[in-house]
Amino acid sequence: MNSIKDRAALISEAAARMGKETFKGTADKNTMARTELTQQGAKVTTLEDAIRKSGLQDGMTISFHHHFRGGDKVINMVVAKLAEMGFKNLHLASSSLIDVHEPLIEHIKAGVITKISTSGLRGNLAKEISHGLMDEPVIFRSHGGRGSAIANGDLKIDVAFLGASSADPMGNACGYSRSENAKSICGSLGYALPDAQYAKHVIILTDDLVAYPNTPFSISERNVESVVVVDSVGDSSKISSGASRDTKNPRDILLATQAAKVIINSGYFKEGFSIQTGSGGASLAAVKYIRQSMIDQGIKASFALGGITAHMVKMHEEGLIDRLIDVQSFDKVAAESLKSDPMHQEVSANEYASFDEPGSATHSLDIVILSALEVDVNFNVNVLVGSDGIIRGAIGGHPDTAGDSALSIIVCPLLRGRIPCVVDEVTTHITPGSSVDVVVTEYGIAVNPRRPEIKERLIAAGLNVVEINALKDRAKSIIGEAAPLPFGDKVVGIVMNRDGSVMDVIKNIVD
Amino acid sequence: MQRLRRTMMFVPGNNPAMMADAFIYGPDSIMLDLEDSVTMAEKDAARLLVHNALKTIDYGNTEMVVRVNPLNTPYGKKDVEAVVKAGVHVIRMPKTETADEIRELEAEIVKVETELGCVGRTQIMAAIESTLGVINAYDIATASKRMMGIALGAEDYSANLKTQRTPEGMELLLARQTIVVAARAAGIDALDTVYSNLNDMETFRKEVELIKSLGFDGKSIINPRQIEVVNEVFAPKEKEIQKSLTILAAIKEAEKRGSGVIAVNGKMVDRPVVIRAQRTIDLAIASGIIKKEDI
Repeated sequence: MNSIKDRAALISEAAARMGKETFKGTADKNTMARTELTQQGAKVTTLEDAIRKSGLQDGMTISFHHHFRGGDKVINMVVAKLAEMGFKNLHLASSSLIDVHEPLIEHIKAGVITKISTSGLRGNLAKEISHGLMDEPVIFRSHGGRGSAIANGDLKIDVAFLGASSADPMGNACGYSRSENAKSICGSLGYALPDAQYAKHVIILTDDLVAYPNTPFSISERNVESVVVVDSVGDSSKISSGASRDTKNPRDILLATQAAKVIINSGYFKEGFSIQTGSGGASLAAVKYIRQSMIDQGIKASFALGGITAHMVKMHEEGLIDRLIDVQSFDKVAAESLKSDPMHQEVSANEYASFDEPGSATHSLDIVILSALEVDVNFNVNVLVGSDGIIRGAIGGHPDTAGDSALSIIVCPLLRGRIPCVVDEVTTHITPGSSVDVVVTEYGIAVNPRRPEIKERLIAAGLNVVEINALKDRAKSIIGEAAPLPFGDKVVGIVMNRDGSVMDVIKNIVD
Repeated sequence: MQRLRRTMMFVPGNNPAMMADAFIYGPDSIMLDLEDSVTMAEKDAARLLVHNALKTIDYGNTEMVVRVNPLNTPYGKKDVEAVVKAGVHVIRMPKTETADEIRELEAEIVKVETELGCVGRTQIMAAIESTLGVINAYDIATASKRMMGIALGAEDYSANLKTQRTPEGMELLLARQTIVVAARAAGIDALDTVYSNLNDMETFRKEVELIKSLGFDGKSIINPRQIEVVNEVFAPKEKEIQKSLTILAAIKEAEKRGSGVIAVNGKMVDRPVVIRAQRTIDLAIASGIIKKEDI
């Protein structure tokens, strides 16, 4: 006989060998109609309750994304609640922080937040921190660097608070909504995906709770512990915050047309090339100016990466760019396209730009156009700290894309008012000069000596190629020698390189 | 090579930021303005700024022009002194109606140049902005050997004519043609008036095409965005360039042989054809279509 009863001894023996239990029978089957069960999902609760259930304690790490940029409402709302609930000593790890997060100043003063990790800082928060508001230095990472740090455990997140434009009661969430009640849209949730995957506890905040299943989703219910419905997660009209404005500034247009000429004559402008643009009027506008050459020469791009813009979407729809890979939607047009176009792919920060993951899209990128606050004569770039010593920017994907692309082009005016942008040495080292290939200014184009072939091609095309030192001298001749900045002795920021090493430190500024 | 004057960009003399980087856009000439774009209260400050801009900023090969206030105002003579001392290339006289005004300006220039020991350095151009000015165009164009060009100022002229400007520009036809004819007869350049609607690049392009066909050397512009359009319109076409290169090569060959008259493709080539060919090649080089080394 060979019934299961007869095999009982063998089953026990197999279980013992494997260190497992033997099967004891299932719990009662849930027979509630799923239309009811999923819609009243046990995960849906209030913010306060979700925080309690998360097990958050003083000293732990909380995380956020900044996909709503200037319109973000989640960070201020959650930190205010945490303060009200009496939490102290928290480490705030956001993919970035901007002007709108100024209320954090008070929470830092009150000891609610004592440590920050971010890609950037702007506005009064940045100013206060630059002057030494915090005892612990802020840790700055690139977007790719943050993804890696979360994946490899350098940045351990206890509770992630992730805003979403739609979520179902089980936690499936997106940066857009397909319901009639949609209140907001931010498009890609790329920077929130590592948090969703690796945080110990994930709370989704949404302003549009939709019926299950909210497919296709960005964040899976598998990773979500609680869902909180709020009035608003963000003001979508502010997601572009200047990043994708169609510039009419003649200087930006000049820089953009020069950058376009660099691309067209670089040797990389051929069928199937790939491209990314950073934020900033001139670098975004450059795409507009290569469009005509793509049409004239019958060249199509295989993909556009990164911050996807309305220009990119338009060229994709015209058939000039085959696919869009989107870690961050730079404007509403891009966000809508992500929602409706299956060829417009959302990717996580890790899939976008990890240093150590060969599967990251930046490794397949030909050309990136980036802006800069300062470039120095060794081609090092600073995008974080202003020439006044005050933090006023974000690392973003700058070092990730410059490092991984075949050709990196920095577009930067020689002068901003009375501030020179080509200098002897950058105030803060963000992107190493070894990964920067071409610097485009309104006074000429400088090519990194490591790329003599590019220099040759640009000269042959009749472009105004100059030495980087000549640009620096020109700026000096117009503006004169700047007085050294009054830095103090306190370290207020630490710049992490994307490989996890320490790149630079930022000292406090004294008025 | 004769200086090209396709674009003369107006820059207010009270705007240091614009003065500092005007040349990066590549206009052929920059006209720093002390007249209409500067209010009474700012006349002295602007004069000082323009003086220092001319002395300190490296404008490369750009021709530097300053529009001074009329000499019968309290500012005109001071303007002339300040900009001649700063080494301006050209002084532009606004609202010129008679040759005497040019001679009066020349006398002022000579005074300053004599003091500096550089008599003859500064050139003059006249803006013709009234019916009387148009009537006197040739006299004005020949009033001094310092004259390098005359320009139409259409706003004041249309008002004087008791009409207004239209997109087609029929009201300006006589003035434009008179100015081109006077300039050609005097052997100097003719520059057209500004077009101020920056949002209508199509009409702007048509106007540039019109004035090019009338014979103007270039156009006054008010924004860097207009430069590309003007340069495109004035850029010679590939066929013209090839023809001109053939003519110039033939004339070089003929000179070698000591022969004055040549024929290209069976057609006789005389002086005007050679001059036109040279001008086409100059334009082609300036427009970046061909390189000097390639000829």
